[in-house]
Amino acid sequence: MSTWRVARLIAAKDLQVERRSKIVTNQVLPFAGITMVSFAFALDKQNVLDTVAPGLIWLATTFSLLILVQRSFSIETDDGALDAMRVAGIDARAIFLGKAMALAVQLLVLEILLLFAAVVFYGESIQSSGAVLALFDTPTTVGGVEVLLGGESTAAQSPVVAVVLLVTTLVSATCGLAAVGTLYGGLAAGFKGSETLLPLLTLPAVAPVLIGATKAVESAVGTAGAVVSEGWQWVGLLVVFAVAFGIGGALAFGPLIDE
Amino acid sequence: MSPAPSPSSSPATVGGPVIVLDDVVAVLGQFPALAGASLTVERGEIVLLRGPNGAGKTTLLRLCAGLLPVERGTATIVGFDLATQRELVRPHVGLLGHQNGLYLDLSVRENVNFWGRTVGASADEIHAAMARMGVAERLADVPCRKLSAGQKRRTSLACLVARRAQVWLLDEPHAGLDATGRDELDTTLAQAAGSGATILVASHELERAGNLATRSVEVIAGQVTALGDKK
Repeated sequence: MSTWRVARLIAAKDLQVERRSKIVTNQVLPFAGITMVSFAFALDKQNVLDTVAPGLIWLATTFSLLILVQRSFSIETDDGALDAMRVAGIDARAIFLGKAMALAVQLLVLEILLLFAAVVFYGESIQSSGAVLALFDTPTTVGGVEVLLGGESTAAQSPVVAVVLLVTTLVSATCGLAAVGTLYGGLAAGFKGSETLLPLLTLPAVAPVLIGATKAVESAVGTAGAVVSEGWQWVGLLVVFAVAFGIGGALAFGPLIDE
Repeated sequence: MSPAPSPSSSPATVGGPVIVLDDVVAVLGQFPALAGASLTVERGEIVLLRGPNGAGKTTLLRLCAGLLPVERGTATIVGFDLATQRELVRPHVGLLGHQNGLYLDLSVRENVNFWGRTVGASADEIHAAMARMGVAERLADVPCRKLSAGQKRRTSLACLVARRAQVWLLDEPHAGLDATGRDELDTTLAQAAGSGATILVASHELERAGNLATRSVEVIAGQVTALGDKK
């Protein structure tokens, strides 16, 4: 079996476990939602929320990442499955890629829901920029709250380009977060106190993603006058980060879990 | 990406001893856990490793599983040199310790299917592995979390069969099982050995494991002493 096929098997298995256990839907998604609401309560001023909404989305994503990674590796260590994979000689690169792919799928779903949560809870960003979801130029009801998706768009702030920027940002940031989470999740899994070790390792490492993704989303939605063209340099950073941690993680994962 | 080593690429799948350890030294930290251990095991044998706690039984199993480096001496598993071809040894070996290596939220069928498919096993092969371990019928769709300890052990062994492991390294396999579970496990292991699996069992349950084994060896202070054939 090729590394790639085994990686897909592992990813499918991880997603199947999550579908069965419903930990993501019953715990991680509510946690992310509560985090978004808490931010709204703590920053109880609409103009502040207008400015910081993109950052809050990525903060909520990052916190949720920690839970997802803990979960991803607890299913491997609950009954010694990670050791069994090592003994079975399953390519460590396949384990890394498979777990990162499953994590990326879950993160992507989470981020899309958080974007909608931002529309619902922080309301303004999409309406004021008129860029991101201008394709849907009709009022929509989300969770009982009427939200105007779309609005004024300008030639300089093309909605299509903004959507492309937003999607590219989501995908590249997700790949970076999944790679870092899997790498440090695997490292922490072998240690006692992995629950506390994981945030200590992961949060500093994902800081570039947090910054880059926030800036890129600000450009996509036009926060504080940001324009789409400013966002691509940040996407570049996200892509470099994802590639670096993807390749580095695949190479380092074997020695890390063998230790 | 390069393909993982194929389990069928063993030079010792037919004939010749499956495990050959010659004056092997393995170190845990600074401590020589194996100090010149020698052991030869033929295909289809069940060998009982006896000995007090800390004598090196688990270390011997972990070394055979390719989880520990060979510091000195030579060790060959299914024809591959453990010192230089550890990655080629691993697909042929299954280690069952105190945990079963199962995904507890998945069913028996899904677990065996996963492990079997990692080596490209067909659906028929996977079903045959489950049937051989007696988990193909009533238990097939039960989540592993709901299985008894004995049923989990049998599921784990079905996973080893599905991924075509030829060498089974079992560390206290009877621990945590009730009398029925132990009987079932013994029957399963005897059948597996009859089908060509080579089994090393480390156990303190000398009477039960001794009855099961075709041969016993004693591990004391990291060295292996033969105690003779039973059959």
